Amino acid sequence: MQPVEVIYFREYIAMLFPKGMIALEERNLLFILQAIMLLIVIPVYILTFIFSWKYRATNKKEIYDPDLVDNKLAEYLWWGLPFVLTCIICAISWIKTFELDPYKPLVSDKKPKTIQVVALQWKWLFIYPEEKIASVNFLQIPSHTPIHFEITADAPMNSFWIPHLGGQIYAMPKMKSVLHLIADEEGDFRGSSANLSGEGFAGMHFITRASTEDDYQQWVAATQQSMQQLGFEEYEQLALPSTDNSEEVYQLQDEDLFDRILMKFMAPKGQ
Amino acid sequence: MDKSFVIRHTVEAHPDLSIPDPHQDAFVRTTLGFWMYLMTDCLIFASLFITYAVLHHETFGGPSSRELFELKLPFAETMALLLSSVSCGFAILASLKNKKNKIIGWLIVAFLFGAAFVGMELHEFNGLLQQGHSWRKSAFLSSFFTLVGTHGLHVSIGLLWMLVMMAQVFRNGVTLFTFRRLVIFGMFWHFLDLVWIFIFTFVYLIGVL
Amino acid sequence: MFGNLTWEAFRHDTIQSMAVISMVFGGIGIAALLFYLKRWKWLWKEWLTSVDPKRIGIMYMVVVLVMFCKGFSDALLLRMQQAFSVGDSQGLLEPGHFQEIFSAHGTTMIFFVGMGIVFGLANLIVPLQIGARDVAYPFLNALGFWLFAMAAILSLVSLGIGHFSTAGWLAYPPLSGLEYSPGEGVDYWIWMVQIAGVGSTISGINFLATILKMRCPGMTLKKMPIFVWSILCCMVMVIFAFPILTATLYMLTLDRYLGMHFFTAGGGGNFMMYVNLIWAWGHPEVYILIFPAFGTFSEVVATFSEKRIFGYLSMVWALIIIAVLSFIVWLHHFFTMGAGPEVNAFFAVMTMVIAIPTGVKIFNWLFTKFRGRVHFSSPMLWFFAFLLNFTVAGMTGVLLSAPPVDYQVHNSLFLIAHFHGMVIGGVLFGFFSAFTYWFPKFTGLVLDEKLNKYAFWCWFSGFLLAFMPLYMLGFMGATRRLNHYDATTGWHPLFVLAAVGALIIFFGACIQVYGLYSTLKNRSKHRDRTGDPWNGRTLEWSTASPPPIYNFAIIPTVNQLDPVWAMKRDEAPRPVCHYEDIHLPINTAIPLYMGILALIFGFAMTWHIGWLSIVSFIGIVTLLILRLSGHDEHDVMTVAEVKKIEAARGSYG
Repeated sequence: MQPVEVIYFREYIAMLFPKGMIALEERNLLFILQAIMLLIVIPVYILTFIFSWKYRATNKKEIYDPDLVDNKLAEYLWWGLPFVLTCIICAISWIKTFELDPYKPLVSDKKPKTIQVVALQWKWLFIYPEEKIASVNFLQIPSHTPIHFEITADAPMNSFWIPHLGGQIYAMPKMKSVLHLIADEEGDFRGSSANLSGEGFAGMHFITRASTEDDYQQWVAATQQSMQQLGFEEYEQLALPSTDNSEEVYQLQDEDLFDRILMKFMAPKGQ
Repeated sequence: MDKSFVIRHTVEAHPDLSIPDPHQDAFVRTTLGFWMYLMTDCLIFASLFITYAVLHHETFGGPSSRELFELKLPFAETMALLLSSVSCGFAILASLKNKKNKIIGWLIVAFLFGAAFVGMELHEFNGLLQQGHSWRKSAFLSSFFTLVGTHGLHVSIGLLWMLVMMAQVFRNGVTLFTFRRLVIFGMFWHFLDLVWIFIFTFVYLIGVL
Repeated sequence: MFGNLTWEAFRHDTIQSMAVISMVFGGIGIAALLFYLKRWKWLWKEWLTSVDPKRIGIMYMVVVLVMFCKGFSDALLLRMQQAFSVGDSQGLLEPGHFQEIFSAHGTTMIFFVGMGIVFGLANLIVPLQIGARDVAYPFLNALGFWLFAMAAILSLVSLGIGHFSTAGWLAYPPLSGLEYSPGEGVDYWIWMVQIAGVGSTISGINFLATILKMRCPGMTLKKMPIFVWSILCCMVMVIFAFPILTATLYMLTLDRYLGMHFFTAGGGGNFMMYVNLIWAWGHPEVYILIFPAFGTFSEVVATFSEKRIFGYLSMVWALIIIAVLSFIVWLHHFFTMGAGPEVNAFFAVMTMVIAIPTGVKIFNWLFTKFRGRVHFSSPMLWFFAFLLNFTVAGMTGVLLSAPPVDYQVHNSLFLIAHFHGMVIGGVLFGFFSAFTYWFPKFTGLVLDEKLNKYAFWCWFSGFLLAFMPLYMLGFMGATRRLNHYDATTGWHPLFVLAAVGALIIFFGACIQVYGLYSTLKNRSKHRDRTGDPWNGRTLEWSTASPPPIYNFAIIPTVNQLDPVWAMKRDEAPRPVCHYEDIHLPINTAIPLYMGILALIFGFAMTWHIGWLSIVSFIGIVTLLILRLSGHDEHDVMTVAEVKKIEAARGSYG
């Protein structure tokens, strides 16, 4: 077993201690819903214990009323109260679902950065169309900047997930999903695939590095000088099944690589 | 269980339905169960229909329904199935009157029309396959062949059932059992007719427009 | 000649080889025992060709217990792998094998344990509780069982010959399509689920007709026990949901066998359609699994509180509403597929609404205890376990039904902890409650209470230890179905805790098996001669334990709910002692033969052995035609024999 670094344990609990606004909103919704439900559930637990103990068979002191089978007030109460609370939960969830729609762009004074994501067997390819670079199993983004992810797959259905920053969305061949995330802190965050896609599925994790704008630009500049090129031919090689890929960076040769990957499934080969 | 006391007891027929029959319960139970089965079959077709609705635009560069379908043959198929249904109805009416030969006669007519339907459908499929429009080519063709083909499969099973019924009626005449089975066969046959109406409308008619 | 089947299919790694060898030797052992005890004829006459629902119900339970052992062994292997496979260690299992195991685990538990419990309980309890002698379609009932049992055997065959699917228990395409899973694995899965599904549909039709048409005089729908209501609603869901599964698997089969493009990535296929269709079946399915547990608890809580169930009408309406709503919530299983906020929000609301009638049921159970006399026998203990665990799982279910929360925890171990809380906390604990409650009825023996209670504590604490850490793991970003992870994730200690919990559960299960053995060995100590050890309220408790083949010598007439309770309080008419000849359906081997042919057909189709598929299929059709060309034959039990059996009841055994 590898030695575990001495870090506060909470750093691991991505969803409860998030590093991005979307994840924070999603967590808060969980807390609100849970609190409302406990309003009903805790009394239920208490009543369970009280009734079971008070009316136990060996306790002859309590009233025994075998024909007490109905009570209109009780029925109104436990149809009515859950109904009201459910309406509240539904309303909150409805509003939040629209607010936290993955397709909805984030409101920010910074210009959103577009990164294209392709799930392959069994690694992640990240394409930066504006900077003309690409990387495998490593994602660097500037912090405090909204990121507009366009996601597809050249593999079975996967799911693109960086829990510290926000929820996931499926990465599917022939389809383009969109996810908007923003990192509110610098750091390295673990991302992975959250949908079974074959034998090497467990190896589909990657590092998301949220750095300052300057560090990000430095990294982009260094990658643009990379020896490795990624055009469509190199992509075809990359897309072949492989497991436990190391982190790689590339110069992007084909600007429309992502669109070409999408189109692969749209028409018979040769068209 | 000691079976020495047991009398093996074969239930005999009672074709006159006006007389109260202790086995009337069995008749109602059988038809009720068969309605439930038809509902499950209906849901299978519904799933195939929904899939066809979702996939019928996905021609993957190949021809669409407008280019492939024509209405003459499906119309003839519709007529064949309708006439078969009517013949089947006459067969059941004859069974109420205990007229063995009439039953078999009408069943033969129904069989011939049903076989004509299957024959025409196979001819249509063969034509498409000869032109290279196989189910391997696109999702549209896959869902078309499956939806229409599954219905055709049901009709073929019905034809086999019809032959079995003809044999039973020929051997035993109208008994409690053959009557019950004719009735549920009729339900099955009319149900397939109904499904075909939907196929004709949503696959061929709307496909061509 | 043998299609794709080669000797390669018989080669396995160590663990799998051990499992196969023990299975084969176990089977040989049982066969040898039967030869030694000269019980083949007895087995054939009394069990394999029986159409008595009581016998069929017990056979369902036997299959359930065997398949539970398999599914639970799968679970232990998965937990051990995840406890050890961290950092440099790769654990005991290859990735492919690990993926086969979790696919098999889910498939086994849902189709062969869960559905077996549903139809096993229906067979055993429903005819007795409605005062009937039999089910509506005895032949179809037996056929439904044998299709189920043979599908289970096909899953055991898949352990020994070739590999099982690695695509999960629902086999999403494109992963399960021909391109990404070209082998026999997914085909095995398709045929075992398809055959079992047809069996379920047939049994569903049978029990729906039984409840609608065969209730005893005076038992209107509103005087039925709640257990029967739960089975009624359950069967309606079966009939509406299972055809969708049949059609969807049919289309996946066509994709894989005929190169069609329903769910492929290319060719215009739409794999999202599969996800929709399979969950349109899948969600009602989980309610199908839980309804008998709900019904059981209504019986158990009423009996062990010595009170009638509180709010009968509410309970019935709650069941109906849940059954109807279960068909319009399916999308909550894939909020993350990107359907858009309008669609997601609609399904979220529908899902949350189901919490209302479910909560109502819990309140009614609680208030049944109010001013009752509560006994803490093991069936009631399982109710407590259910209440505590199922409620927690239910809450996390509501959390999951909020799309933004689901975006984070979908497909993580949070989800796994939620649904295991539902199926273990709900279905399994309900089954254990039913098992301890009704075991005396069908064997005349009361299970050892002390051992039951030890087992209960092991299951309850083991379950908490095995699954509470999983909620936390979900929050830590742990996805499901991982065969390996890095130490830097910090997940390892929690996986170890979960493995310990699984071992505690295992210990509890061992106690249960031992309890069964001990009860059977010390029969005299556990014998119940009254037929009513729990002071029961419903009609089954008025028969002997075990009941005679005809259930009731005189068909009862009821005038209110809980008729036996009413009889005890002198509020119901005593049955008139007028015996008549009783007609019983005869034994038939045709369902067994059809099942065996279905097994051969499934195997032949899996391995693409063309001639065998055709031959077995023709065999099935031939047997069906044979059956449908016959005349109803009945055995008639004369009045004299009935009198003899009824008189012997006092000194039974």
